[in-house]
Amino acid sequence: MASSTSFFRRNRRRIAPWLFLAPGITMFLLYVIYPVFQSINISFYEWDGLGPKTWVGLQNYADLFDDPSFYTSLKNNLIWLVLYLLAIPAGLAVALFLNQTVPGIRLYKSLFFFPFVISQVVVGLIFSWFYAPGFGLLPKIIKVLTGSEIAVLADERYATLAVIAAGLWPQTAYCMILYLTGLNNINPEQVEAARMDNAKGWSMLWHIILPQLRPATFIALIVTVIGALRSFDLISIMTVGGPYGSTRVLSYFMYEQALSEYGTAMGYGAAIAVVLLAIMLVFITLFIVRMLSQERNG
Amino acid sequence: MFPRPIAQRSRPVQIAYQAILPVALIIWLLPLIGIAVTSIRPASDLASGNYFGIPSSFAGVENYTAVFRNSNIGYYILNSFRVTIPTVIGAVALSCLSGYALAIYRFKGNLIVFFMFVAGNFVPFQILAIPVRDLTLKLGLYNSMTGLILFHVAFQTGFCTLFMRNFMKALPFSLVEAARVEGIGEWRIFWYIILPLVRPAMAALSVLIFTFIWNDYFWATVMAQSADVRPITAGMNELKGQWKVAWELIAAASIIAAMPPVAMFFLMQKHFIAGLTLGATKG
Amino acid sequence: MSLLKIIAGLGFVLTASSALAGQIVLNSDQSDPAPKKAMEELIADFQKANPDITVKWNNFDHEGYKSAIRNFLTADPPDVAAWYAGNRMAPFVKAGLFADVSDVWDKNGLNDTLKSTASSMTIDGKKWGVPYTYYQWGIYYNKDVYKKAGVSEPKTWAEFVANCAKFKASGIDCVTTGTKALWPAAGMFDYIDLRTNGYEFHMDLTAGKVKWTSPKVKAAFAEWAKIVPYTTANAAAIDWQDAAALLAQGKAANYIMGNFAVDAFRKGGMTNDNLGFMVFPEITAGLARAEEAPTDTFHIPAGAKNKEDAKKFLAFLASPDVQTKMNATLGQLPVNTKAKVGDDPFIQAGFKELSSAYALAQFFDRDAPADMAKAGMEAFQEFMVKPERIDEILERLQKVADKVYK
Repeated sequence: MASSTSFFRRNRRRIAPWLFLAPGITMFLLYVIYPVFQSINISFYEWDGLGPKTWVGLQNYADLFDDPSFYTSLKNNLIWLVLYLLAIPAGLAVALFLNQTVPGIRLYKSLFFFPFVISQVVVGLIFSWFYAPGFGLLPKIIKVLTGSEIAVLADERYATLAVIAAGLWPQTAYCMILYLTGLNNINPEQVEAARMDNAKGWSMLWHIILPQLRPATFIALIVTVIGALRSFDLISIMTVGGPYGSTRVLSYFMYEQALSEYGTAMGYGAAIAVVLLAIMLVFITLFIVRMLSQERNG
Repeated sequence: MFPRPIAQRSRPVQIAYQAILPVALIIWLLPLIGIAVTSIRPASDLASGNYFGIPSSFAGVENYTAVFRNSNIGYYILNSFRVTIPTVIGAVALSCLSGYALAIYRFKGNLIVFFMFVAGNFVPFQILAIPVRDLTLKLGLYNSMTGLILFHVAFQTGFCTLFMRNFMKALPFSLVEAARVEGIGEWRIFWYIILPLVRPAMAALSVLIFTFIWNDYFWATVMAQSADVRPITAGMNELKGQWKVAWELIAAASIIAAMPPVAMFFLMQKHFIAGLTLGATKG
Repeated sequence: MSLLKIIAGLGFVLTASSALAGQIVLNSDQSDPAPKKAMEELIADFQKANPDITVKWNNFDHEGYKSAIRNFLTADPPDVAAWYAGNRMAPFVKAGLFADVSDVWDKNGLNDTLKSTASSMTIDGKKWGVPYTYYQWGIYYNKDVYKKAGVSEPKTWAEFVANCAKFKASGIDCVTTGTKALWPAAGMFDYIDLRTNGYEFHMDLTAGKVKWTSPKVKAAFAEWAKIVPYTTANAAAIDWQDAAALLAQGKAANYIMGNFAVDAFRKGGMTNDNLGFMVFPEITAGLARAEEAPTDTFHIPAGAKNKEDAKKFLAFLASPDVQTKMNATLGQLPVNTKAKVGDDPFIQAGFKELSSAYALAQFFDRDAPADMAKAGMEAFQEFMVKPERIDEILERLQKVADKVYK
């Protein structure tokens, strides 16, 4: 006993971190890291979630690349990704608009941020109502402009765009708050010096302000991209992937195939998730490389 | 300051700015205002096509009581609290421990462990769903509060550890060194010296995680199937199916569902934003 | 892994539905008001008749149940579980998750009294559950609208299609539906295929024995295409209740629907005087008439802990008095031939329709495997919006079928 105590005493700085880490790391390995590898493994099997698994090698991936629904989802993911990025300039614009010191501005800032706090389920419901054929505000506006009503969520041409528009609302609020914080930390001397040099408006924004906002832009980029690729709630609430599957994205497609009322294809679903992970890994790596360089410099 | 403070501009510009502010806000929040107004509209307004005009009478009390009377929403709200609060406590507690380990000690594998937390935090939920559901089934926790909470705690530990570690790293390390010289044990240093200093970080994380978990929909759908465990987000989807065209009820239920995180946000705004904008200024 | 064990132990204590002697655990999905009430009455009556047995009822949400059952059957099986007849129960039977209840049928003479659904409860010559209710599908129509457009009730499909042009001239949708939730479109397909190609072909199609690209399937879609231009234009954007309102408001004439919609029509202001019901008209002359009649059932999971009392419950559920009472509350048809059918004219009409039918289909999403059903229903929705894509749609369906029925 005595010797073990002294062993601990001698090595406690080496052992202590692992003791502190143990609970968190156990849970994280069990529920996050290990499942990632399990999913990759499942993607090589055919499995209905009930009976035994059958090894099929790369068959699920072969099926996937031959499935039109997969390409629809991939295309929509791309549209999401590109259009979701609009939240960044939009957020910057709102932040610049609100970065003033007039009475009550703090309340304005919080109220502008409001949409981000609400759950996407509620956002989806709000926009469904806004788009509803027959009485929704948008169809009415369209009717005034064009003379005919469009049920945007049931029209394959507009449905994805309409869902993204709903998503941009909270996402813009998120980017806005990132930029407001960024603007708060801008070096006032540099700004004043630039003003002396007669820099104003766009050129000031481009050459002086934006470079200083780079950290905020980076975070905004990462959270927006991840948000776009994770999009699930809004689609589930607003279109359930329809009309006829035209608003599917990979995350929803996976849910349909493996987890929903009609989904029993676990292996196939896992393969979809692996593809989604592979896409996300690009951005995850980007984030980690940047953090790593910060670590090295800091 | 950029843009140039409005106070330095001409009087008309200042007045214009002050006038545009509320207009912009109303347009920005129009969808929300619409749903709030709908929630106090009598059903007869909707039947007669008055969707966007002034409500013909105030039916807020009726609608909101109807929501509670006709549905399980009371349970759903309660379930959401029962999932959210333990998750907040669990995730913050675990991340204080692991954040401390990663911020204070130099050891082999420190960065690898740290980046494992960071990377795991970003993976798509879908890659976890099948194995996590199987694990939960095997533990006998499927369709239970405990099953949902354990997963949430584990997953949120990733983000929380990133946050805590960076926060602790910014504390003066000399505090720890001085304590060690005094011969204070590692646990006591953590408990008596570091923890009191990270209270703001704990507050920020608590509000953030509260909002994340309250608003979670995917896991609520995948892991909770019966009314006695279903949180409000999944419950809302069910109510939408049940009420279909009764938009005044859906609107009222939406407002109710949004209330707790909104209240949390307004009460703890400073912490909330501090948590969310972590990293937006550094580097 | 000791943490895992502790967690597991904790979970067990918290959630275990351990079977006490004389207790049965019942999982079901009666989340809507009428079914919920019917279940409450059923359980109360059963406990009264069997004072030594108590029922622990876990009521799930209707939609969530369909994925929940897959999990609890393996992880934490109850003693009795609600499900559906036909192919929809086949995966559970094949995976050995449902128990054989043929003895309940034999002992209680159910082969006789539940004859109409016996075939849809049978797999490999054994019975796997007990049905207690079903309801009919057909065409519900607005009599006032027929009068206004000067149209009489059609006797054949050709007349039905011809009427559509007249309705259109009066600015009325001949057929309405709301396919936002997909399944209403499947009801239309089922009927058109049953009437064009007959029951056996339809069953072969949903069982994957014939190809979606076969000329017969195309022929069915060609019949459907005849009414697509006369169907509510934004059907994909609305729910079935919205479409029911269109019928009630006189904006639409016909609705291919299940009998549960009568409630919605009445809420929309219709009465027995102006709400009409007709059996779906003949398309291919001389085909034996099959009808759509989704049947709800109860089963005993293979892992049930108290099978003996569970069997008592199934026998109770099958008896005529119980089915009479339950279906009075549900507003549906009892399966037991000795049970009394409600007085409601639409329930009576359904009884007439079903008892004289050649065969009963369960509904597309119960006759076809789940993944096929999903792809099929999406295809039907797409077809109604873009009928010109039919070849492309059918090829895609066949591709799904190749995978599903492999």
